Amino acid sequence: MIEVQNLHFAYSGDNYILEDVSFKVERGELCGVFGPNGAGKSTLFKCIIGFLKPKKGRVYVNGRDITEMPMEEVAKLIAYVPQEHRPPFPYLVKEMVLMGRTPHLGGIFGPKKRDIEKVIEAMEVVGITHLADKPYTELSGGQRQLVLLARALAQETGVMVLDEPTSALDFRNQLRIWETLKKLTKDGMSVVVSVHDPNHMLWFCDRVVVLHRGRIIASGKPSEVITEEILSTLYGNICKVGFRWDKGGATRYYFLGLTTWNSNTIPSSMG
Amino acid sequence: MERVDFNYRNKIFTVIFAGILLFSTVIFSISVGVYEIPFFEVFNVIRYHLLGGEVPPEIYNAIVWDIRIPRVLAGMLIGMALATSGAAYQGVFRNPLVSPFILGVSSGAAFGAALSIVFPIPYSAQLSAFIFGMVAVFCAYSIAKIRGKTPLVTLLLAGVVLGSFFDALVSIFQYIATEAQLKAIVFWLMGGLYHIDWSHLQILAFSIPLGILLLMAYSWKLNILSLGEEEARSLGINTERLKILLITVATFITSISVSVAGIIGWVGLMIPHAARLIIGPDHRFLIPLSAIMGGIFLILCDTIARTLTTGEIPLGIVTSLLGTPYLIYLLRSRKDQFFGGE
Repeated sequence: MIEVQNLHFAYSGDNYILEDVSFKVERGELCGVFGPNGAGKSTLFKCIIGFLKPKKGRVYVNGRDITEMPMEEVAKLIAYVPQEHRPPFPYLVKEMVLMGRTPHLGGIFGPKKRDIEKVIEAMEVVGITHLADKPYTELSGGQRQLVLLARALAQETGVMVLDEPTSALDFRNQLRIWETLKKLTKDGMSVVVSVHDPNHMLWFCDRVVVLHRGRIIASGKPSEVITEEILSTLYGNICKVGFRWDKGGATRYYFLGLTTWNSNTIPSSMG
Repeated sequence: MERVDFNYRNKIFTVIFAGILLFSTVIFSISVGVYEIPFFEVFNVIRYHLLGGEVPPEIYNAIVWDIRIPRVLAGMLIGMALATSGAAYQGVFRNPLVSPFILGVSSGAAFGAALSIVFPIPYSAQLSAFIFGMVAVFCAYSIAKIRGKTPLVTLLLAGVVLGSFFDALVSIFQYIATEAQLKAIVFWLMGGLYHIDWSHLQILAFSIPLGILLLMAYSWKLNILSLGEEEARSLGINTERLKILLITVATFITSISVSVAGIIGWVGLMIPHAARLIIGPDHRFLIPLSAIMGGIFLILCDTIARTLTTGEIPLGIVTSLLGTPYLIYLLRSRKDQFFGGE
C-alpha cells in the first residue's frame, strides 16, 4: 500500500514541478501514471522512491512515512525498476538479480543461502531462468527489462515503481511485462507504473492517475478517466476513440491517432 | 526444471591457482638475477633467516636477503596496489578505461612526492603524495561531473588535463632543484624498484594489504555502485559515502606505491581488465584476482628490468612497453566495451 499526500516539489524557489499531488494505491492494485512528456512523471517517481526530497507533502508506504527515512530503509519497502540500459560491465543475469537482495544483506560481505533461494524464485516468476548464465549486456532490450523486473521482485518489497518499462520494447515484450505485473499484483504487490499508451492503461491498470503540468487532473478507474476529453486536454486533438464495443458486460475502447486515420483502421467485424 | 547454479567453485579455484602462480613467481624472481647464485644457496639464505643454523656466504646473503627479497616483495605489493585500485576506480567510475594513471592520481602523487624532495617538509613523502593524489582525483571528478553524471570523455579529458598540470609543476621542480635533488626526482619519476630496502617494504607491507582488504570488504557494494548512481540508491546504497570511501582507499594505496616506486603506468588499467576477462565482473572475485595478477605482472616486469641488460631498465618503461600493445589490442577488438555503456 502506498499513499502520496499533498506532494509539492521544486528544484528551486516557487517553480513547482509537482503541485499538490495526492493519490493512493491499495495492496494488489496496479496503478498507471499517465501524462505527456514533461508532465512530471519521472519527478514524481523520484520523490516516491526518495531520490528527491519533496518541498511539502508526505509519502507513506504501509503507513510509514518514507520521506525522512534513510535509503537503506526505503529500499526494503519500495523497489524501483529503471528503464533498461546497458551497464559497462557484463554481469551475468543471475548476478544482476542477486543484486536486488542488497537491502537485506546484513554484513558487508556477500549474500546468503536464503538470498539465493529468493533470486531463483524471482527468476522463475518472471520466466528468465533459462537466461541465468547469460551476460546481461548481451540480452535484447526486452529481456533486460525482464531481468530488472526480476531484480525488483527479489528485493521483496510491497511496492514496486516502474518508469516507462515498456517504452523501448516490441509489442510481444510489452505484453509480457504487463502480464508479469498483473501476476505480481495478484500476489498482493502494489505497482505504480508510468505508461504512454492510453490503450495499455485501459487494458491493464486498476487505477489511473493523470498528470498534466505537475498536477493531477483526473484519477480513478481507467474506463472513467481515460476519455477523449482528457486526451485532448493532454495532447490536443490528435486522437479519438477509434471504436468501442461491449464485451463481457464492460465497454472497451480503443484509441487511435487522428492523422493516421483511414477506413482500414477499424476492423469491419467490430465496427 | 533447469537449476540455476550459484556455485562459485570455479572462481575460487581460479583465485587459488593464481595465488600459487604468484608464489612461484616470487620464488623464481628471487632466484634469478645478474649475479648468478645457485638455486639451493637462495634457499639456504632464506632458511638461515627464518630458522637459523649454518651461516651462508656473505655475498649470497647480501644479494638475496638485502636486495632481491625486499625488491621482489615490494614489486608484488605495488603491483597488487596498482591493480586493485585500478579495479576499484573502474567500478566506481563505471568505466573499464579508467586507471590511476588516467585519472591524474599518479601525476598528483608524483607532484606531492617531488614536492617533498625539493622542499623537505615536516611530513613524509607518502603523506604528501597521498594528499595531492586525492586532490587530483577529486578535481578530475568534479570537473567531469555534469548534472550528477560523469561522462567518459569529460572524465578522461579532465584526468589528462590535470595530469599534465601536475607534470608541469614537477618540471618546474626539476628546473629549480639542486643537482642531487634533480637526480632523485628523475630516477624516481621513471619508476623503479632498484633502491628498495627493508624500510620501504615495511611501509608497503603495513598499508597496502590493509587497503586491499578494505576494498574487498566493500566489493559487493562496489558491484551495485557500478550499475549507476540511481540504481545503487534504489537498492539502498548510500552512494556518495561509498564513492568517497572507495576512492580514498584506492588513492591511498596508489599514492603509497607512487611515493615508493615512482610512476609505473598501465598496470592499473591492463590488469583489472585482463582479470575481468578471466573471472567476470563480480568484484568479490575480480579484486582478489586483480591483486594477484598485478603482483605477478609487476614482479615479472621488474625481473625483466633488472636482468635483460647488465644495467637496469627503468620499470615504468617496461610496463609501458608491454601495456601499450595491450591497450591498442583492446581498442581495436573491444571498442563496444569501452564506449557501448552510455
